[in-house]
Amino acid sequence: MTTTILYTVLCLVALGLIFAVVLYLVAQKFKVEEDPRIDVVESLLPGANCGGCGNAGCRAFAEQYVKSSDPDSLFCPVGGNETMGKIAAALGREAVEKEPMAAIVRCQGTSDKCARTNRYDGYASCKVAASLYSGETGCRWGCIGLGDCLDVCQFGGIRIDPRSGVADINADMCTGCGSCAKACPRGVIEMRPKGPKGRRVYVSCVNRDKGAVTRKACTVGCIGCGKCEKVCPFGAIHVENNVAYIDFTKCKLCRKCVDECPTHAIVAVNFPPRPPQAAKPAAPAGEGTPVKVTPVQ
Amino acid sequence: MKEVIVSPSPHLHSSLSTRSIMRDVLIALAPSIIVSVLIYEWHALGLLAVCVLTCVLVEWLITKFLFKRPSTIGDLSAVVTGVLLALNLPPSAPWWIAVVGSIVAIGIAKMTFGGLGQNIFNPALVGRVFLLVSFPVIMTDWTVPDSWKIFDSAVDAYSGATPLGIAKEGLLNGMTLPEIFAQNDFSWKQMFYIQVGGSAGEISALALILGFVYLLCRRVIKPTIPLTIVATVAIVSGIFSAVNPDVYTGPVFNIFAGGLLLGSIFMATDYVTSPMTTKGQIIFAVGIGLITMMVRYFGSYPEGVSFAILIMNCTVPLLNKYCKPARFGKEVKNG
Amino acid sequence: MRLKTFRMGGIHPDDNKISASAAVEVLPLPAVAYISMAQHLGAPATPIVQKGDKVLVGQVIAEPSGFVSAPVHSPYSGTVKAVEPRADFAGNMVTHVVIDVEGDEWLPQIDRTPEIKTEITASREEILEKIKNAGIVGLGGAAFPTHIKLSPPKDKTAECLIINGTECEPYLTSDDRIMQEEPVQIVTGARIMMKALGVPKCYIGIEENKPAAIESMKKAAADYSGIEVVVLKKKYPQGGEKQLIDAIIHRRVPSMGLPIDTGAVVQNVGTALAVYEAVQKNKPLIDNIFTVTGKCVPQQKNFDVRVGTTFRQIIEAAGGIPENAAKFVSGGPMMGKAIVNLDASTVKASAALLVLTEEETLRKKESNCIRCGKCADACPMGLQPFLLSRLARAGGRQEELEQEKVFDCIECGCCLYTCPANIPLLDVIRPAKAEVIKIMRSRPKK
Repeated sequence: MTTTILYTVLCLVALGLIFAVVLYLVAQKFKVEEDPRIDVVESLLPGANCGGCGNAGCRAFAEQYVKSSDPDSLFCPVGGNETMGKIAAALGREAVEKEPMAAIVRCQGTSDKCARTNRYDGYASCKVAASLYSGETGCRWGCIGLGDCLDVCQFGGIRIDPRSGVADINADMCTGCGSCAKACPRGVIEMRPKGPKGRRVYVSCVNRDKGAVTRKACTVGCIGCGKCEKVCPFGAIHVENNVAYIDFTKCKLCRKCVDECPTHAIVAVNFPPRPPQAAKPAAPAGEGTPVKVTPVQ
Repeated sequence: MKEVIVSPSPHLHSSLSTRSIMRDVLIALAPSIIVSVLIYEWHALGLLAVCVLTCVLVEWLITKFLFKRPSTIGDLSAVVTGVLLALNLPPSAPWWIAVVGSIVAIGIAKMTFGGLGQNIFNPALVGRVFLLVSFPVIMTDWTVPDSWKIFDSAVDAYSGATPLGIAKEGLLNGMTLPEIFAQNDFSWKQMFYIQVGGSAGEISALALILGFVYLLCRRVIKPTIPLTIVATVAIVSGIFSAVNPDVYTGPVFNIFAGGLLLGSIFMATDYVTSPMTTKGQIIFAVGIGLITMMVRYFGSYPEGVSFAILIMNCTVPLLNKYCKPARFGKEVKNG
Repeated sequence: MRLKTFRMGGIHPDDNKISASAAVEVLPLPAVAYISMAQHLGAPATPIVQKGDKVLVGQVIAEPSGFVSAPVHSPYSGTVKAVEPRADFAGNMVTHVVIDVEGDEWLPQIDRTPEIKTEITASREEILEKIKNAGIVGLGGAAFPTHIKLSPPKDKTAECLIINGTECEPYLTSDDRIMQEEPVQIVTGARIMMKALGVPKCYIGIEENKPAAIESMKKAAADYSGIEVVVLKKKYPQGGEKQLIDAIIHRRVPSMGLPIDTGAVVQNVGTALAVYEAVQKNKPLIDNIFTVTGKCVPQQKNFDVRVGTTFRQIIEAAGGIPENAAKFVSGGPMMGKAIVNLDASTVKASAALLVLTEEETLRKKESNCIRCGKCADACPMGLQPFLLSRLARAGGRQEELEQEKVFDCIECGCCLYTCPANIPLLDVIRPAKAEVIKIMRSRPKK
């Protein structure tokens, strides 16, 4: 009995030793020399592997960053300036500050505003539907609402309201990685700076059809009338291909265009509610949370 | 006119559905069920009911409360698993064995992997093997209460064991095969219509073959796997019995005795756990045949079909990866 | 004798040729016609008429732009009302020439007599020139300009011509009708193309479910020893070029290759008829035979439709839009395209308007793949659709998709048709294939 146990134990020990030696030898033979700084950089990265930086994952970004002759051109949108600062410091470099970005959906064509004209019955993917035809509504430019953006978002920041059928991005959860903008086959999602206190003004429409056609399809579409272009004191707005675009590098968030837009296609987000008249002077600064003007009902 | 529907082509769909396939499998199992009820009466019917109900209930509970998804019991796959498990149990098995087996089959072998189509092993077989190794006494006790004897003419010297069990037992006791065969009626005719003893599903080769023909006619399965298994078993046992007929049983006995036909027709052909290409299926089936015969000849269990199928189930992902169908048109060199 | 067919995959949907007995009728001319400039595969044609121009039937209104392109001729006489973008059947904007139809005046050189000219006087070069100038495109569905297919590259030689009369798509009957009604013209068209290609042999493949067409084509071809009518077993997608070549001459087009690699050139019967009309009668491609069908359609019809007629007008002529109509398909149910805009107009290769009800066409809910392998059995290209769709859905797996030869997919729809779990296999594979082909094309050539 004891000999049996003994033999068993001996056998296993011997096997273990043999395997250990083999594994060690193999590991030596196939050893890959790597710059240790890559590991350092990788450990500082968020590790979401979202691909927002344009690389396959955080590891690939770290390799690029260590090897690149121009590391300032690389930026981790998820970690933002803080992470980039840390990484640069770890490698003894200086980081260049970049403005944090957020994804916005340039479409308000919810089902009550942009009526459905047919029913899509294929695979629920914007890419498939967009390659097939003009979409379920009269607008062939806007959000399809089948959620390709939602599928690629690593941070759970996107939802599709089942009733309105338009993607809705939660700006607080958005890290600005930009994968949704790449996934959208219609280019409805745009990356814009998060703005001071999250305040942004943008044209929430990408419809390039002529005004009359847009109007027929959707009540909140940009008809390219150009009123905003005229009213903008900073020359930030231009109408091109029948749709207005606000250049965020010039926009000073004055919101004159928002009031001017006849179809309410220009939206202002995260501004505090305006005083009903000009009654209450000087609301104490920083008091209360800003009310979000959600584009999606 | 209502709303226009738009979709990519094709715009028609065949009437085939998972449910219709499972329904065909159940119809194909009907002859075996009928035979088992005729032979084992209430025992068979009771086990069948317990297995099916437990399987369906477990799947429903898991989809509803764990997955929080719409129920999938409508596809009838849980019913098929329940029926197959019941047909794999000895007729004397107590009801709780059926419950435990069903819970293991559906709960562990199927739903932990994500439900139908995701499992690696055939659920009913996992249930059976789990029971076999956990409760070996109950699972190999083939004694049947007196009430079963409708066919009195069957055999007088009825021992309550399966032909495979009798053969193995006899060999272990130092008898030679001709001596064992002399004491028992193991003629192919006997086993073809109604086998002497065994689980509800194994007793009638005729009923199983009827089901096989139905499945073939309905194009639910292709004959590749069952025929290859039977051929492999026939060749292996043919060679062995030719070398030493005293110790090794012959092809006819090995094909008709035990669960070989049940296993090869209904379990090895399970879509989910068998390879998808003909080449893969042949390798898979040869493996099952070989392992079955190795267990039967050299193992401590008299029967090896379940083990063989489960072992070969492990190879399916690999077989699917390396056995590709023939492509249309030959390769163009240099890309 | 066992009938020939292709040797891999395929399915057997109900053929539903319910409009087969309806003789071809000429559809009345519309008041206003919309002629799309995207009539064919390749670059859209460039319009050469302007608002206010008077046009005659047969007059060129658009020039080809690029190598793979074809001219467009006016199917109507009247005044050009506008040249403007309009929504096509899928709602996408395409330049159309809008014509106010006035009377029916044809160009004088077009021979409109009923006389059948079987004697071929034109030389090879003249034939190709005439086909090119007549704007003929393949009428089997893809609308590839015919003159290009009839001029194989110098390093390849054509050995035979295959005329595709299989009409393997369920419901469609337009090819069946023309084979019954104009067999001599089709055979002459085939002879013209044989001359253009310089081949001695021509096979006309027809599926067994069209006995009347087989009969009439056999009779018409009896006088010509080089032309053989081959009766084929009914199986979809027999009309696919690669499948048809495999079925008739038992050769397989290599992966990523062209049909000409097997020495065969495949043309549709409709194309043969158009070639006859262009070469013998000087008539450009301005009309085609068009099936209006569907179980819910009040009158099953086969119309002679001029290009540029709206789908709405055609369905009105067949008894109006049925109450329970849910889907309109341009073409057959397997490869046809769903129409979202009934006010879109027909193009040269439009073959049918199929109306389906919700019960017939609505996709069922997708369930788990049960790995039955039926999609792989049905795939006529020997692919594994379940695997392709899984890779495509995972995203970013283009390399594996390429290894699995997604580029060989002919988008026949057999996989999706047959899947018991209702998985939208082809829906997912189609864009993945486009992506992979794009990647492969972008690679530098060795």
